[in-house]
Amino acid sequence: MAQKNIVEIKNLSFGYGNFMLHKDISMVFPRGKVTAIMGGSGCGKTTILRLIGGQIKPKAGQVTVDGKIVHKQDRQGIYELRRKMGMLFQHGALFTDLSVFDNVAFPMREHTKLPESMIRDLVLMKLNAVGLRGAHKLMPTELSGGMARRVALARAIALDPDIIMYDEPFAGLDPISMAVICDLIRTLNDALGATSIIVTHDVEEAFSFADYIYFVADGSVAAEGTPKELSKSKLPFVHQFVHGEKDGPVPFHHNAPSYKKDIYEWV
Amino acid sequence: MNPIFKILSNIGNQVTSRIWRLGSATRLFCLTLIYSSESFRRIHLTIREIYFTGVMSLIIIVVSAFFVGMVLGLQGYYTLQKYGSSESIGVLVALALLRELGPVVTALLFAGRAGTAITAEIGLMKATEQLSAMEMMAISPIARIISPRFWAGVISMPILASIFSMVGVMGGYLVAVPIIGVDHGAFWSQMNVNVDFRIDVINGLIKSFVFGVACTIIALYEGYDAPPTAEGVSRATTRTVVTSSLTVLGLDFILTSFMMSN
Ligand SMILES: Nc1ncnc2c1ncn2[C@@H]1O[C@H](COP(=O)(O)OP(=O)(O)O)[C@@H](O)[C@H]1O
Ligand SMILES: [Mg+2]
Repeated sequence: MAQKNIVEIKNLSFGYGNFMLHKDISMVFPRGKVTAIMGGSGCGKTTILRLIGGQIKPKAGQVTVDGKIVHKQDRQGIYELRRKMGMLFQHGALFTDLSVFDNVAFPMREHTKLPESMIRDLVLMKLNAVGLRGAHKLMPTELSGGMARRVALARAIALDPDIIMYDEPFAGLDPISMAVICDLIRTLNDALGATSIIVTHDVEEAFSFADYIYFVADGSVAAEGTPKELSKSKLPFVHQFVHGEKDGPVPFHHNAPSYKKDIYEWV
Repeated sequence: MNPIFKILSNIGNQVTSRIWRLGSATRLFCLTLIYSSESFRRIHLTIREIYFTGVMSLIIIVVSAFFVGMVLGLQGYYTLQKYGSSESIGVLVALALLRELGPVVTALLFAGRAGTAITAEIGLMKATEQLSAMEMMAISPIARIISPRFWAGVISMPILASIFSMVGVMGGYLVAVPIIGVDHGAFWSQMNVNVDFRIDVINGLIKSFVFGVACTIIALYEGYDAPPTAEGVSRATTRTVVTSSLTVLGLDFILTSFMMSN
């Protein structure tokens, strides 16, 4: 039986070395929905995606994908789970030695035995979906940032994944490209019947199309809810983040001793 | 802190990190071998890499070999002529190239030309998340990226070393026969009699095969292990040259002493 939540994170703790990045995080990602994970830079958002993809193992707790505990799978099992996922990396991560066409064809050629003529049709279809059918001969270095990300998106959906993960899909894009990507995420989610997990710190975009939002701060979920609930939230952290205030629960200053002490000590 | 304690802990740190790196390089080596069947199943990947590592190194190999051969001819003639045996020049050039200079100089040039390229390419692939992306597509980067490059290097090296020796002999011939005036027949016949196929040619090939394995795996490991930053990749590239060169020279001594003892 298919679970209601395709991805579940339960009491997850993870850290590099002795430093704990996540402390007891729980999240659920319901099938067919667009869920956003928000938080400041360096709070471990990308790491959460890598935990879902099984590239790293949690220190405590677990991540389940489609009812299977990710870190309990062997290599084969993890690879099978990953074939249900598509991931859009922060900088696209296109293979620089392959053309746009070959980049999108790559997962199909590796994982299927489809004849080349069918691969050609499928690749052009995927590229058409992101509006770049005309660019299939270009090399990744010839693309603008927004185009590269759209090609990477076409590659991520090449095998029609059940789960699409986006790592900061809007970072460093101009407003037009941003609107295009925004639109694509929603369309792809609904057209493919996929589940989308979006990591971002763009408040406006996330609030405009996400079904549910998790705020991560200090290694735990600071707030969660639908965009409507969150925009009315009185929680000081959410308020600071949503309104982009520079000082608040997240301090402007990095941890430091008193200014006076620093100045006198250095003389 | 006590300075002596500091020095000791520094040394200890260095030693453990070296051993650690040696261990993870060995692990990568084993994984590469395990995934080898994949890179032979899709042979076009390996052939493509042979083109990039082997064929693209040809020019530097041929030019260097020619000069090394000519210098050997000059130096050899200068010394041999004192003992009145200048027609042995062919033997000297051939043996020096086949036994030592061919495999060793080729390996050093290979480390500088192809090894650095491999390290930089893989380091950049890692820095730009291409390796991660491949893993997330359920494709092993070791099967798809590392293993074809490994076999390309291992196949290219003995061929390059053979070409080096061949061109070097021609360089030596050019200096000895037309320029200095050693007898053409004596040059070749002496070489023909005194070069043993099994001892000289095969041993030289064994050496360059071992150097091929060492240089390629070092270049691959340094790239695969590089910190994913511009600085990390540039340091890894430097380390490839230094580590490969020292390894080749050290291995050469060990291999030569084994081969001589037989
Ligand atoms: N391989 C790693 N080793 C050690 N620390 C890491 C590693 N990867 C990431 N980090 C650290 O983990 C923190 C969170 O990283 P990340 O998940 O990329 O943050 P975000 O995506 O939220 O900006 C960062 O402070 C980063 O320095
Ligand atoms: Mg990130």
